[in-house]
Amino acid sequence: MAEAVSVVAESLAGDRARAARNVLDQVVLPGEELLLPEQEDAEGPGSAGERPLRLNAGTRSRGRVVCGPGLRRYGDRLLVTKCGRLRHKEPGGGSGGGVYWVDSQQKRYVPVKGDHVIGIVTAKSGDIFKVDVGGSEPASLSYLAFEGATKRNRPNVQASGMGVIGQDGLLFKVTLGLIRKLLAPDCEILQEVGKLYPLEIVFGMNGRIWVKAKTIQQTLILANILEACEHMTADQRKQIFSRLAEC
Amino acid sequence: MEGAMEGAMLADAKIRTESGTESGPRGSGCSLRHFACEQNLLSRPDGSASFLQGDTSVLAGVYGPAEVKVSKEIFNKATLEVILRPKIGLPGVAEKSRERLIRNTCEAVVLGTLHPRTSITVVLQVVSNAGSLLACCLNASCMALVDAGVPMRALFCGVTCALNSDGTLVLDPTAKQEKEARAVLTFALDSVERKLLMSTTKGLYSDAELQQCLAAAQAASQHVFRFYRESLQRRYSKS
Repeated sequence: MAEAVSVVAESLAGDRARAARNVLDQVVLPGEELLLPEQEDAEGPGSAGERPLRLNAGTRSRGRVVCGPGLRRYGDRLLVTKCGRLRHKEPGGGSGGGVYWVDSQQKRYVPVKGDHVIGIVTAKSGDIFKVDVGGSEPASLSYLAFEGATKRNRPNVQASGMGVIGQDGLLFKVTLGLIRKLLAPDCEILQEVGKLYPLEIVFGMNGRIWVKAKTIQQTLILANILEACEHMTADQRKQIFSRLAEC
Repeated sequence: MEGAMEGAMLADAKIRTESGTESGPRGSGCSLRHFACEQNLLSRPDGSASFLQGDTSVLAGVYGPAEVKVSKEIFNKATLEVILRPKIGLPGVAEKSRERLIRNTCEAVVLGTLHPRTSITVVLQVVSNAGSLLACCLNASCMALVDAGVPMRALFCGVTCALNSDGTLVLDPTAKQEKEARAVLTFALDSVERKLLMSTTKGLYSDAELQQCLAAAQAASQHVFRFYRESLQRRYSKS
């Protein structure tokens, strides 16, 4: 903790941008500036003039840097716009570059193309369903978008109901960060949950989870476990799961 | 959440001692009161925070980026709204004026262009007013905006200074100190360049005194931003 404080004091006093590599998995705040590896090498403004030439010559060995959620390009630096932990993913082939993003505990969903979401049909007008996905505007979905739907065979979707996902089960909301955590490939929670009871589960990137087990009691237990997982460490989760497996 | 609260209290002690030592020559009047902050304590809003400065306490909730009325829609940026609710009764002229000041401050740091045609609403509820209310409102709204994940250019904080009749300066005054003061000045400062975002003043003061107050507020803002960082780090420590 003392170390973190000294870093803060430094960055506040000198307004110095920190290297993105050094703050990986640490908490970053809006307004902080981060340096990318290629800018760390550049010494002073003198070498900045050379950079375009190098780019043109095609000798750039470093990969492309992609700014994910919570980061912006600001001149030649990265500007943090959200509070959370800084994450980085190396690109498949090359070294350097890759994707940087901020993992925040946000509740509001901002629609992104390609996300899988759970929506609730709020209105039906002609060929189009209005679907609430939690964003700032309702999504519109054509009835032909459903599997097996044709002009003759319309899907059986009722307004303010969930026609397609399942008849019962429980839908609840969690933070967007928890969804990402549960869907991470190295996350053990889902395997552990699966060992407890047989279940059906759907995750929406918009923070909604639909879960169904054999009995209502089991469904509620599962929903409570998943909600509680957010603020637990891996050891605490292990304890909870072993205790639940006994009873 | 008790853990977060306890942690906040620990941070207070630190801030208090530090600001106390720095402002030693000028007497104990120049230090900030103890701070405490709790985030994400309301379930319905997208972001929420309660901020305590001494006995002054404000609860803030942020909704957004959410659906916006067509009449209020701005085609190239988010519509920012601030609602300030007094402790008792209906909001009056004083509240409307404060709402405007807070909204202008928020607009300066929130990157509204990233969410065009949406609304971002900040609702502030005064829980108790024991001086430096506007500064506390600003701090609470900043923490709630951060909690909601609204993209921001920088953080901001509010600092109130009071000038006594004998020319002494009191930072973060209590209601009694504010009443006795010759002038009360409130500044909003950003975390990147420590520049002035908003200022509002009441009473008589000279040009030099304004500069002196601003410098004191800038020094105090460091402690506030350090407190922000500590409470946010605590919040993200279990993930």
